[in-house]
Amino acid sequence: MGALAKADPELLESTMSAHAHTQFTWLRRPETGLAMVRGRIGGTGDRFNLGEVTVTRCVLRLAGGLTGVAYVQGRSRRKCELAALADALLQDASMHDEIFRTVVEPAARAQAAEDLARRQRAQATKVEFFTVARETGP
Amino acid sequence: MSSSTSFDLGGIGAGFADPSFGSQAVFRSCLEAISRPGTLLEVESEAEVPKGAHPAAYSLLLALLDQDTRLWIAPSLEASAHGAAIGEFLGFHTGCRRADTPCLADFALLSTGRGLPPLEAFASGSEDYPDRSATLVLQADELRDDSGWSLTGPGIRGRTRLAVAGLDHAFLAQWAANHGMFPRGVDIFISCGRRLVGLPRTTRIEP
Repeated sequence: MGALAKADPELLESTMSAHAHTQFTWLRRPETGLAMVRGRIGGTGDRFNLGEVTVTRCVLRLAGGLTGVAYVQGRSRRKCELAALADALLQDASMHDEIFRTVVEPAARAQAAEDLARRQRAQATKVEFFTVARETGP
Repeated sequence: MSSSTSFDLGGIGAGFADPSFGSQAVFRSCLEAISRPGTLLEVESEAEVPKGAHPAAYSLLLALLDQDTRLWIAPSLEASAHGAAIGEFLGFHTGCRRADTPCLADFALLSTGRGLPPLEAFASGSEDYPDRSATLVLQADELRDDSGWSLTGPGIRGRTRLAVAGLDHAFLAQWAANHGMFPRGVDIFISCGRRLVGLPRTTRIEP
């Protein structure tokens, strides 16, 4: 779900193109709201509210009765719909492997690459602070 | 797999096809029902109704509940074969909270017959804030407007008739007390299938 939630909408659109016409009914139409993101300094400190993030959510049901849920970052209703569709299809044993290989993995790979590039950019600007201790004379 | 709900989504039915227009249309029916007490109305709604719930009662709650309201479902209803699903459906679509006791509820879903709590068990508001009272939604097996009680009061030209299967003299005594508390008191919507009738606290009922 994390890979689908953070996936690039255009990537999802292209990888889901084969399944985009699957018939479904809405249980909860896409709706956009805010979710509070909390963080810990260094991953271990006290919890604090980092800020709010825009989240779109929806729930749909396929003709076969499988239910797909999506909570995605951003305001794209279409992306939310595709993510929920992928979630529902992933529960179908006959489709699971195909969807995982063609939709989830490319999204996860793209995010890993993006993450790496961002880390490298940040790493290049890293400044090491150090203090030269005064040499004590004889 | 992340989900905001901890129960199985498989059985959940769809809500209003268009949440704003659907709930507005039902709200309009509620307004009509409560301003013309004793008049039977048909509630139009395309929402998928869980088994055991009346379409009128369910769509009314679907339209009126939100995350700031607390719902109490009568234990007799909740213990029925499909009862638990009603609470799950409403919780999913409206985000309403559940009240543990009748006196904490803003809305209550009840059915006639055994297990119907007395009206004084529900919040009746205060003299300063009579609007902080509970609204009860009562599912009855039969509603007729050609026999039974005689209703008078605001919104009724002359008098009108209403018969509700399963409500007896004990209810009439409770209703008289509820009416006598004005401006405090609870308001009731009674449903039967798709039909709905409103009984605001201002209505006087004679057997």
